[in-house]
Amino acid sequence: MSAPSTELTTLSLADASALLAGRGASSRELVAAALDRIAATDGRIGAFLRTTPERARAAAEAADARAAKGARRSPLDGVPIALKDIFLTKGVETTCASRILEGFVPPYDATVVERLEQAGAVVVGKLNMDEFAMGSSNENSAFKPCHNPYDLARTPGGSSGGSAAAVAARQVYGTLGTDTGGSIRLPAAFCGAVGVKPTYGRVSRYGVIAFASSLDQVGPLGRTVRDAALLLQAIAGHDPRDLTSSTRPVDDYLAGLEGGARGLRIGVPREWLAGGLAPGVERAVREALARYERLGATLVDVSLPHSRYGIAAYYLIAPAEASSNLARYDGVRFGLRAGEARGLKEMYSETRERGFGAEPKRRIMLGTYALSAGYYDAYYLRAQKVRTLVRRDFDEAFRACDVVAGPVAPTVAFRLGEKTADPLQMYLADVFTITANLAALPGLSVPCGLERESGMPVGLQLVGRPFDEATLLRAARALEREAGPLPAPEV
Amino acid sequence: MPVSDFQVVLGLEVHAQLLTRSKIFCACSTAFGAAPNTQVCPVCLGLPGALPALNAQVLELAVRAGLALGCEIRAKSVFARKNYFYPDLPKGYQISQYELPICVGGGVEIAVDGATRSIRLTRIHMEEDAGKNVHDVTAAGSGVDLNRAGVPLLEIVSEPDLRSIDEAIAYLKTLRAILMTLGVNDGNLQEGSFRCDANVSVMRKGATELGTRCELKNMNSFRFLRQAIDFEVRRQVELIEAGGKVQQETRLFDPDRGETRSMRSKEEAHDYRYFPEPDLPPVLVDEALVERVRRALPELPRARSARYQRALGLSAYDAELLVADKAVAEFFDATLAAYGSSPEAAKRAANWLNGDLARLANELGQEPAAWRITPAQLAEILRLQDAQTIGGPGAKQVVEEVFRTGAAPAEVVRVKGLAQVSDEGAIEAAVDRVIAASAAEVERYRGGNTKLLGFFVGQVMKEMRGKGNPAVVNALLKKKLGE
Repeated sequence: MSAPSTELTTLSLADASALLAGRGASSRELVAAALDRIAATDGRIGAFLRTTPERARAAAEAADARAAKGARRSPLDGVPIALKDIFLTKGVETTCASRILEGFVPPYDATVVERLEQAGAVVVGKLNMDEFAMGSSNENSAFKPCHNPYDLARTPGGSSGGSAAAVAARQVYGTLGTDTGGSIRLPAAFCGAVGVKPTYGRVSRYGVIAFASSLDQVGPLGRTVRDAALLLQAIAGHDPRDLTSSTRPVDDYLAGLEGGARGLRIGVPREWLAGGLAPGVERAVREALARYERLGATLVDVSLPHSRYGIAAYYLIAPAEASSNLARYDGVRFGLRAGEARGLKEMYSETRERGFGAEPKRRIMLGTYALSAGYYDAYYLRAQKVRTLVRRDFDEAFRACDVVAGPVAPTVAFRLGEKTADPLQMYLADVFTITANLAALPGLSVPCGLERESGMPVGLQLVGRPFDEATLLRAARALEREAGPLPAPEV
Repeated sequence: MPVSDFQVVLGLEVHAQLLTRSKIFCACSTAFGAAPNTQVCPVCLGLPGALPALNAQVLELAVRAGLALGCEIRAKSVFARKNYFYPDLPKGYQISQYELPICVGGGVEIAVDGATRSIRLTRIHMEEDAGKNVHDVTAAGSGVDLNRAGVPLLEIVSEPDLRSIDEAIAYLKTLRAILMTLGVNDGNLQEGSFRCDANVSVMRKGATELGTRCELKNMNSFRFLRQAIDFEVRRQVELIEAGGKVQQETRLFDPDRGETRSMRSKEEAHDYRYFPEPDLPPVLVDEALVERVRRALPELPRARSARYQRALGLSAYDAELLVADKAVAEFFDATLAAYGSSPEAAKRAANWLNGDLARLANELGQEPAAWRITPAQLAEILRLQDAQTIGGPGAKQVVEEVFRTGAAPAEVVRVKGLAQVSDEGAIEAAVDRVIAASAAEVERYRGGNTKLLGFFVGQVMKEMRGKGNPAVVNALLKKKLGE
């Protein structure tokens, strides 16, 4: 017989899937439980910008029909999930948490949405985020802030704040986010979730609203490493509509998941533990490294000397690309249009003045400047060279190790409002995550305990060789198994 | 000082629409003339999340053009974003090529007044077209038609090697013929599938430093191009003569007034903030592709013209006219294939194509592709002449009728009663009547003024309403007048 709905939501994605497979619960029940949980908790959390109950129920019925015939399409079939509002969903408003896209109903689905739905996953709603994925606290959402389920006074991190909070608050079994400079890994760390930023090119960006095209990558967030692996398995792979997606075959992420850490060489970049970390974060990270040693892994001292230039390079490249990517929000074809009666230039400037929040405007200005005649070589081109150097550092490190490990962020989740007045402080939250984006490498955040002082989750970051997500997941799973699950937040 | 004391220096930027069925970065149709915004998709509408995917045919046509024009084909070229705001530009940037174009160097051989010159090319790059702003369609205001957005273009940039308007026109006509022969472009100026901007400057004769240039836009015919450059050269010379200085700027040609007007100054020029397009990997062209395209290159106009002159004995004039339009040259070849190839046949076919057919096509405004007359029909008309079924005047009428209606030549001859009369009895009767009516002329002819034979032939033809067989008429006249 079915379990009570309050218990259903506490399951992992993998366990919920097993329940579905054994007909111990129906997709309709899982979806109803998720929608109930969202209704009961999201007034405090703010993870969702909108839910899609009718569509979800219809999809659940179809999934149940398949299950009844013994024809489930995948482990995701019938499982309720949710999407950052950066993914285009056909017929469902998609705003990127921006006023400028309010009311925009896309005529097509992002490739990853197609793939998830093809696998049978049931999308129950669209998740809060920083506007155009620009931010590290979700406070740049044009609509509402999102709160950390472990402490409602704190941020869930950003920009995929809703994606991490929804998973942590047991609202859905898994979510998708995007990561341009840490936007999956940081909120995953802050909310005690597992978040994967795959290798650039591993997952299609088609139908994902672009922030910085050469850095953006789609990835999953889940309660467990296995859940994240199941989601990644469904979305990874070449897409002919995204020429930057790789044709390289996708590994089986589940097959070696329980392979443990024995023999693994873990590189510890000396620059990442050289100070500047909150003591509780440093302690948790060092404890995780010690656990790995106990599990039979070897710690290797490595150096990433150019990672110190990462933030500077990132804040030239990302805004430059953003300034161009955000040019299409001009009021002509979709979304907000203002001031049209007074002529073209007024229509443009009023639409963009009213439609964009402060952070997109700031980055459009930065990026436009960086690309301007006479500055291009000194800024954009030089930043691209830094990128090459950062990648070389990693290539060098991977001669001595299999994965690189370190903190995700210098601190645990900070308080809402704590950094909004100082954009530079906010940008520094991404100091450890940005390098993986610059180097196009896969990165992952896995919980490694709670900070003693605050009781907030701490994340361990693992960075791997190109397209070696399988090793990252296996290493993360080894730690997760050893450390046990974090206590669920009380929401 | 008059204009003739100045040297004109011209460089041209041609935008040639590639003859692909689908757009450069999506599968939408490139067909011209569809209802507004019916050939669009998320990619060419610039919807959020949409990404470009390069049409392989575009690359192949670019390589084909580059090889035919003697360019270096780059093994690696890079798309770049050209950023500016305009309603017809959906993404707020145009995907083009900037620092690393697909082709560099190369040239176009032109012939002006019997002399040939080589005009160097700077580069050729691939890019997407913008849409079109449409005014006065709704009471609410202007609209945007994005059917053309994403249509593939080649931009072909010449060095400032052209020294006269005639050279500029010759360059464009030669380039156009080459691109049409290659199947790269349809050469249609009116529909804008072959467009040209001109960089114009002047310098005093003997000077070594180029003058400041102005870029002219919006010339959609050879006539307008000529007018625009002519106006601009005079404007610049007058300005310099008056002690002024030419300012670098972009100027728009106004076809109604035949003049150019400042569109934006150098200070107002856009900073396009070019940077490499992150959504598209570098374009790699391997040796195998280049070789495959090279082997499939068709005979180019210059080679074809040389062949017509060498193998068929055509004059340079006739040959150049034929090869200026690939379809006309193909019509010519097909006519000879149907009729039989010889210098005499070639001359006759060329005369028809460069004469009556060109005139009729012009009158009816028909591109060769739309012609009703076929090469087989022209060959048949030649044979009807050979069989003396029709004479020259009759043939002209048959050609015109077939051109207009597509009717079978023999049928036209029958219906219009154009068959030549070779019957000696009928011709003799007409000859007799003319001789009887022209006593004075007969007297003078017999007195030694044999040039009058032409007069008698004309009179007999008139008598026979043009249908007398000229050979028989001539022979009988000579015989009778000699008696």
